Amino acid sequence: MSAETIDKPVKKESEPLLSKRRKGLVTDPLNDDNPITIQVLGICSALAVTTQMKPTMVMSIAVIFVIVFSNLSISAMRKLIPGRVRIIVQLAVIATLVTLVNEVLKAYAFDMYKELSVFVGLIITNCIIMGRLEAFASGNKPYDSVLDGLGSGLGYAWVILAVAFFRELFGAGAIFGYKVFEAIGFSSDGWVGMDYQSNGIMFSPVGAFFVLGLIIWAQRQKTGYVEH
Amino acid sequence: MQQSNYYVIIFSVILTVVLGGLLAVTSEGLAPQQKKSVELDTKKQILGAVMEIDKDTDILAVYDKVIQSEVVNFQGDVVTEDEEGKELIAEDVNVEKQFKKSPENRLYPVFKYMGEEGGEGVDSYIIPVYGNGLWDNIWGYIALDTKGKEIKGAKFAHAGETPGLGARITEPEVQERFRGKELYNEQGELVSVKMLKGESNPESALDEHHVDGMSGATITATGLNKMLEQYFKYYQPYFNKQSATAAL
Repeated sequence: MSAETIDKPVKKESEPLLSKRRKGLVTDPLNDDNPITIQVLGICSALAVTTQMKPTMVMSIAVIFVIVFSNLSISAMRKLIPGRVRIIVQLAVIATLVTLVNEVLKAYAFDMYKELSVFVGLIITNCIIMGRLEAFASGNKPYDSVLDGLGSGLGYAWVILAVAFFRELFGAGAIFGYKVFEAIGFSSDGWVGMDYQSNGIMFSPVGAFFVLGLIIWAQRQKTGYVEH
Repeated sequence: MQQSNYYVIIFSVILTVVLGGLLAVTSEGLAPQQKKSVELDTKKQILGAVMEIDKDTDILAVYDKVIQSEVVNFQGDVVTEDEEGKELIAEDVNVEKQFKKSPENRLYPVFKYMGEEGGEGVDSYIIPVYGNGLWDNIWGYIALDTKGKEIKGAKFAHAGETPGLGARITEPEVQERFRGKELYNEQGELVSVKMLKGESNPESALDEHHVDGMSGATITATGLNKMLEQYFKYYQPYFNKQSATAAL
């Protein structure tokens, strides 16, 4: 800290908009404190929606939206929320935001709505969101909470996108619906122009477990994280 | 800090009113757009049974030009008014709601494809079908020739089939398998068209009443077969009357 601060201890210097601590709020959940791979939360949706890239992308955006805004609203009224009913208040806020997402999808992205509406509804029960509200937003300032929500949301997003990438690639032989293996002339029989024989195990949630396990393994190998 | 019961109740009431109000406003505000989305989606599916649709197709304009519709009852007679005397519009008949009634009481919309330029006389009849898949409902639109005996095109959709498995009924390649299949055998009995179990069945198994299946999606295929058979039967009286009129 500068000498100036010490001279005037009464006036506390405001923290820079992107201080190291605040950057940490966003970056920690991406790797060291990832909600899926380290905290192992939100696994259900990571298994359910990740068969293809496109719906996974929409799901990621929906979750980021819900987590950021629920963190913001809970944090903004954290001093008003009665302790005894805080969980139900958190649920009500999350449910409202999720319903908003669902309604907007129905109006402007009907195809996605048809595909995802069940899973979008289940964001309400995503433990990552409730966990952040309870652990962070209910005790921190709104701006910090938004950053924290963004971090957790992105941490969730990259993992499910990575899982979806491998599941769609090896399951359907495609990425974002683009048939990769056929494009490079490789197929089940080795003949150019044949269909890629779809791989059922990658479509089933079991495939997601495999991919997720491998991602967790690779990540822990690199970071040296050990479960205590 | 322990708040009083009074505070907790007031807080909950205010929160409920605010959140409820927010949802109500959104729902009201988005309703017209949602209705448009649903209408566009329905018309897209109907047209999809008879023609290729790409991103540039102006679905509503094309639909108005090439499709004429009517509603028939279980006996195959055209009905123009519902029980309350309101005019019936085939596009507004909710096939899902009808599906929940017993077959005798249902309304059956028929969409007549009048050829690419419209008004050239009926080219094919498009009928909606509705049934149960593995996880949730499946539905679709089947285009039949003017005698109601041969499939000219099929378009399927689903609410929650497994992506990559049962959800493949929405793929053009799967729907294409139904084209040209026959509903009636040589004795004139309705045998419907069945999707087989498993994929890459031998050519010999794929006669005019059978199409190749989707690997890993047997239950969806079973639901699909049941759905087709039922609806072909429901629409049978209508087509019988159509042929009778044509013969006169």
